[in-house]
Amino acid sequence: MAVGTTLGGLAATRKGEGARRPLVTAASLKGFAARVVPPLVVLALFLLLWEVLCQRPGAGLPPPSRVLAEAHDIIVDPFYDNGGTDKGLFWHISASLQRVALGFTLAAIAGILLGTLVGQSEWAMRGLDPIFQVLRTIPPLAWLPLSLAAFRDGQPSAIFVIFITSIWPIIINTAVGIRNIPQDYRNVAAVLRLNAFEFFGKVMLPSAAPYIFTGLRIGVGLSWLAIVAAEMLIGGVGIGFFIWDAWNSSHISEIIVALVYVGVIGFVLDRLVAFVGHLVTRGTATA
Amino acid sequence: MSHLTLTSVGISFTRAGRTTEVLRDVDLKIEKGEFVSLIGHSGCGKSTVLNIVAGLLKASTGGVLLDGREVNSPGPERAVVFQNHSLLPWLTVRENVALAVDKVLKAKKSKAERREWIEHNLALVNMTHAAEKRPHEISGGMKQRVGIARALAMEPKVLLMDEPFGALDALTRAHLQDQLMEIHLRLKNTVIMITHDVDEAVLLSDRIVMMTNGPSATIGEVLAVPLTRPRRRLELVEDPTYTHARAEVLEFLYARHAKPALAA
Ligand SMILES: Nc1ncnc2c1ncn2[C@@H]1O[C@H](COP(=O)(O)OP(=O)(O)O)[C@@H](O)[C@H]1O
Ligand SMILES: [Mg+2]
Repeated sequence: MAVGTTLGGLAATRKGEGARRPLVTAASLKGFAARVVPPLVVLALFLLLWEVLCQRPGAGLPPPSRVLAEAHDIIVDPFYDNGGTDKGLFWHISASLQRVALGFTLAAIAGILLGTLVGQSEWAMRGLDPIFQVLRTIPPLAWLPLSLAAFRDGQPSAIFVIFITSIWPIIINTAVGIRNIPQDYRNVAAVLRLNAFEFFGKVMLPSAAPYIFTGLRIGVGLSWLAIVAAEMLIGGVGIGFFIWDAWNSSHISEIIVALVYVGVIGFVLDRLVAFVGHLVTRGTATA
Repeated sequence: MSHLTLTSVGISFTRAGRTTEVLRDVDLKIEKGEFVSLIGHSGCGKSTVLNIVAGLLKASTGGVLLDGREVNSPGPERAVVFQNHSLLPWLTVRENVALAVDKVLKAKKSKAERREWIEHNLALVNMTHAAEKRPHEISGGMKQRVGIARALAMEPKVLLMDEPFGALDALTRAHLQDQLMEIHLRLKNTVIMITHDVDEAVLLSDRIVMMTNGPSATIGEVLAVPLTRPRRRLELVEDPTYTHARAEVLEFLYARHAKPALAA
């Protein structure tokens, strides 16, 4: 323990000077292991338990070994394309991600602008906040019939559902961030006579960025929840449809594989937004 | 006509339906290049006076003239060094100064001249070595120095400082006071500085403006400090002019205008 800490301390002090130092120190190795080993152990135990429980005849779900065997094809070749909706997982996921990218980008732009407006004015905050608080609790799928009625097409409807699901936390968090801009920063801007655009770009956005990125992270998570559900109803290419299709064909193993993908990608999206936030705010937003 | 003139400045705040008069009939004339301190008990209205001169607050009565022109909004010709430094935390030290320089001197200097001017001002407060650091990575004294560099870099007619060294330890504070005196001697700026430290006021100022207690605070007395510059703190300790001025201010603050809560 003591040796590890000392090595880590030395490495840290030398970092800035560009002196030679080992890439992997005992401490960093230890830290890495401490983070990676526990989840792996828990995962292994979980798989083992699952295997044991589902080995028995009459079990509702296939054990992991059977999932691997049955879904072998879609695991090893995610890139096949037999036309129509008979495509590999890669194509389904990429279709879903494209919808999320479009809907979420629109929500981010509109949400940040609206949040800025709302956060600027006490009156707008008081008037609109209760409305937002109600609208944000509407489940994503509840918007789907309405948007199908409006757009008469599955693709824009799915994108609208993502948009409307993810925009509320972005608006609300941006507004809070704007309201929390310290008076000191406003005074600095006033002394410098920054105009409205300069103030927006140079003070408001960076100052509210940690809040904005909190909103974006919640938003991207909700987008991913919404798209999988919406695609089940809309059909076409997409991971949600893939799961629904697998259910209709009783391919339980494929569903399980798809769920693993959905979970991992949702996690990656969240980390990605957090990482961008970390870069943009130069470390002031918590990643 | 004076460089900066405050004429019967008064201000009242209304909070929760109750109006309090914070300042009444503040009259002050300041000449170009003068270093004036504002001293008074906490809460009497010193920051309010400074903010009115800065244009961040609007006087309810009276007004402020700078070179014959009325002050009614904030602007870089009245640069402010804020008590809590107010550096933008997402910008580096250099970027904080650059933000001010690029905005304020855009028309006056070319891009290359501005870059040079930024470095010049960082060097003026001895912050060149930490120009790439961000505010949370430097000490409180360093932050105040950057705040001063940012204000000076705007080439202000008047430098307004609100307890610039209030939050610093005694050694750092003495060091920065010396640096400030040196800069003032070189640049001959007009400075208004708020302080609650009697020694700081006497050491730095040409005149000390002493404020009465609020509500309805006003200027109680103005004391000239006829010490020659450059001033050296060690030589002043026994200087009769210095000790006399110091006694005058102490007498004003703690005998004639003691804080009511403390006097009781
Ligand atoms: N915006 C404001 N609204 C209401 N009261 C204020 C406001 N600003 C200052 N005051 C009051 O004015 C008085 C003087 O404040 P201030 O100028 O900050 O004092 P000082 O700087 O001398 O400590 C205080 O009693 C304070 O509560
Ligand atoms: Mg004050």
